[in-house]
Amino acid sequence: MADPNPLLYATLLVPVAWVAIGLLGLVRGRSVLWVGRTLFPLGALAGLALGLVALASLGAPTESLTLPLGLAQLAFHIRLDALARFFLLLIGFTSTGIGVFSAGYFRAGEGTAPGLLCLQYHVFLASMAVVVIADDAYLFLVAWETMALSSYFLVTTQHRLPEIRRAGFIYLLIAHLGAIGILLCFGVMQAGNWQFTFDAMRAAQLTPVWASTAFFLALFGFGAKAGLVPLHVWLPEAHPAAPSPVSALMSGVMLEIAVYGVLRVTFDLLHVQLWWWGLVTLGLGLFTSLFGAVFAAVQTDMKRLLAYSSIENIGILFLGVGLSIIFHAFHMSLLAALALAATLYHCLNHALSKSLLFLSTGSVLHATRERSLGKLGGLIHRMPWVAWLALVGTLAIAGLPPLNGFVSEWLLLQAFLFTPDLPHSYVNMLLPMGAAALALVAALAAYVMVKFYGVIFLGQPRERAAREAQDCGRLERIGLLWLAAGCVLLGIFPVPLLALLNNVSRGLLGASLGTQLQHWWLLTPIAPERASYSPVVFMLSTVVLVAAVVLGVRLFYHGRIRKAAPWGCGFPLLTPRMQDTAEGFGQPIRQIFEPFFRIQRALPSPFDTSPHYRVRVEDHFWYALYAPIAGLVRRISSLAGAVQQGRISVYLLYSFLTLIALLAFVL
Amino acid sequence: MNITTLITQLTEVILAVIAAPLLMGWVNQCRSWLQNRRGAGMLQPYRQIRKLFHKDAVIAAHASPLFRLVPYVQFASMCLAAAIIPSLWTGLPFAVAADTIALVGLFATARVFLALAAMDIGTAFGSMGARREMLVGFLAEPALLMVFFTASLISHSTSLPTIVETLAHGRLAIYPSLAFAGVAFLMVLLAENARIPVDNPATHLELTMIHEATVLEYSARHLALIEWSVALKLFNYTCIGLALFLPWGLAAGTHSPGDLLLAIPITGLKLLVAGFGLALIESLNAKLRIFRAPEFLATAFLLAVLGLLVHLLLGS
Repeated sequence: MADPNPLLYATLLVPVAWVAIGLLGLVRGRSVLWVGRTLFPLGALAGLALGLVALASLGAPTESLTLPLGLAQLAFHIRLDALARFFLLLIGFTSTGIGVFSAGYFRAGEGTAPGLLCLQYHVFLASMAVVVIADDAYLFLVAWETMALSSYFLVTTQHRLPEIRRAGFIYLLIAHLGAIGILLCFGVMQAGNWQFTFDAMRAAQLTPVWASTAFFLALFGFGAKAGLVPLHVWLPEAHPAAPSPVSALMSGVMLEIAVYGVLRVTFDLLHVQLWWWGLVTLGLGLFTSLFGAVFAAVQTDMKRLLAYSSIENIGILFLGVGLSIIFHAFHMSLLAALALAATLYHCLNHALSKSLLFLSTGSVLHATRERSLGKLGGLIHRMPWVAWLALVGTLAIAGLPPLNGFVSEWLLLQAFLFTPDLPHSYVNMLLPMGAAALALVAALAAYVMVKFYGVIFLGQPRERAAREAQDCGRLERIGLLWLAAGCVLLGIFPVPLLALLNNVSRGLLGASLGTQLQHWWLLTPIAPERASYSPVVFMLSTVVLVAAVVLGVRLFYHGRIRKAAPWGCGFPLLTPRMQDTAEGFGQPIRQIFEPFFRIQRALPSPFDTSPHYRVRVEDHFWYALYAPIAGLVRRISSLAGAVQQGRISVYLLYSFLTLIALLAFVL
Repeated sequence: MNITTLITQLTEVILAVIAAPLLMGWVNQCRSWLQNRRGAGMLQPYRQIRKLFHKDAVIAAHASPLFRLVPYVQFASMCLAAAIIPSLWTGLPFAVAADTIALVGLFATARVFLALAAMDIGTAFGSMGARREMLVGFLAEPALLMVFFTASLISHSTSLPTIVETLAHGRLAIYPSLAFAGVAFLMVLLAENARIPVDNPATHLELTMIHEATVLEYSARHLALIEWSVALKLFNYTCIGLALFLPWGLAAGTHSPGDLLLAIPITGLKLLVAGFGLALIESLNAKLRIFRAPEFLATAFLLAVLGLLVHLLLGS
């Protein structure tokens, strides 16, 4: 092995530093000054270093290292290729913003002590980084489980509330179901060699049946972590329960790590063998994204809304992965690279913009103590920093040009335009319909985001808490600003990043968009005459035009303004309560997509003295899928309960019988 | 980019901005004639805009800066859209920067900003308008995208001038897929421009308003800009329709001054006919109930998807 690059050690140092920072949090765990103002900024700095190192070494050759740690026969293997480096970059840069924000966010007296929280938070970060660089199944699973456990403790920060413990339980349950899937997947992929390094798995020859088994186990395992329907149920429970920086980290980074897992297993370890894997992934992705978008539109809790929006984005990511698999399996490498680039780009977009939005809900929560959309409103006046920065995230998630969300959507739609060229007579007809569904999802996302932003930040305050809100502190502003700047930069300069992403696609697919990206300002993924998009020109001309119109109007006419009460259409008793609530804003979607929901509604009768309107919108999956399974488990466990007598003599008898049975087995 | 293309680009945008209220005036005039009224004349929108510019702006006391920014964003986005759409000729260097998908995104941006501005004041009508505007938008936008997809699959490009060049220069073939797409596009045009049967541009009855409810709080120069951008939007959509489905007479792919000059009266004539057609549709139909609007738009979406499928099945 060649002498490893010093950057490899720098990369390794960051997770170690994170764990060390976390442990330091225990020293003076109740001091906000120490934990908040010192350790969290240090963690953010380490994240920045990780991001920069990954950025600098993205084009470097693959490096691997065997650590002098681990099991007797299986030392920890570490490998840094372009894919791993890209995800390290994502973890690093996103956690920088979240870390700085957390420095100002966490306060004493909110559930878990700050020091312990600091430990859990940084262990969570470190475990995610290790998942990405692990090169054997053992280290991968250890890191994966550490990630699940540390995030579980972060979710249940406010563990005194029963509904938060319940949310944490559901999260842990699904995380472990997924982990079983991944474990079995590695078991299949070692193909009877009992070699658990990824190198051995790369070399293993699997029959199509076993390869498909491994693929679907991986899809199940990583899909559970990502929130692929029907394994999405933990997301809308866990996100509102977790503190906002933790939601940001889980939604912005951890979900993307699950996508990393799928990419690693499918492209790197299994070498994509069958095209219909892609079709299944794409179908699941499409359904997930539509499902997420529709449910997001009817939510009334701002963090639940964002959780469903994350489900939608995860759907879009899996759709991109599926498209890439299909193209790759049919040896259309350039298009596979295009779909992969769109997917990875969307990963980064979602990491930045969703973290930004989750963090801004954190600021709103701190300022108003209110999570319900129906009690907020008008915060743009009281919290201008949060409001304007959240606007950037809102427009980015809604996929509007010239911000970053649009770039990945554009790339994905371009990739869809080539599906009619696929050499398979049904698929090439069916897939363009996927583009129609994607377009619908993108348009719905805009609806959801208008609701999110409009109800929270615009209009008039609906309750007193929103009227007396205070803007967030300086550290929080810097954190938000960092993420918003990332959204804008990725939106305006996609070409340099796509050029870097070529390293990833070259490593995974053996093809890249390299020759197509000639101009730094013009995005031409396939050919200039086929499609081109230049966000820089777009942005500049918008800004210049807006400025010109403003100046022109001032110059030729005047800028006089009179303030007055809003026009009430002749109705004198207009109050802020008459604005659309979240409920009202989502009503059209609830009506159009009625079959998606399980709705219980109680309408007041005209004779009620104190009329109440109640509506519960729930997920069919709870009742159709999870409740029967839970019932079955309960029945089995009550049967098994028969052996539980509670007397020590009986238990001793069990041990005795077991020993006899084992002896009989051995002899 | 040379100086000629720069001139054609600028001329095209400026002509669009100037002519847009005229198209609006013509449609209104035709409607008046069809309803046996004398009408206010084709130049009425110009007078209206001029009057509004001279007035003092009255703004709700608790409006945020976003509210005052939105009319400018609206106007600028519609100007940008005009720069991409080959209404007269296809020599548009700016179209390199934004293709049809970006055009759809641009319309979506304008719509989202308008909805946000409507919610900013916090009156019941504003947020109702925002909700309805987004409802119409989220069904109309994918339909529009699918129409463009069908056209892009025919011409192997998503750049609007290239699409139009291909369609204009193609052998005089009839594309069955474009027939479906054309009907879908017409429905999208009606919905997106707040025309009957989805919305009534002349209504002032609050409960039926969609677009009008979103701009209820604007006055004076802000309203002037909004009205102007509404006219420009109608102009843009009409030009997209003419360029995609009736591209004859466009100066496609040529730079000879004769062709370019000839394109102006031809396009003007086509716009007059299209405006009359629009007025005819509006006079012959009644406004749908708001609950029926999603069905109307879902039909448009399905027709657009059907057009795509027909293209894939027949390969044309």
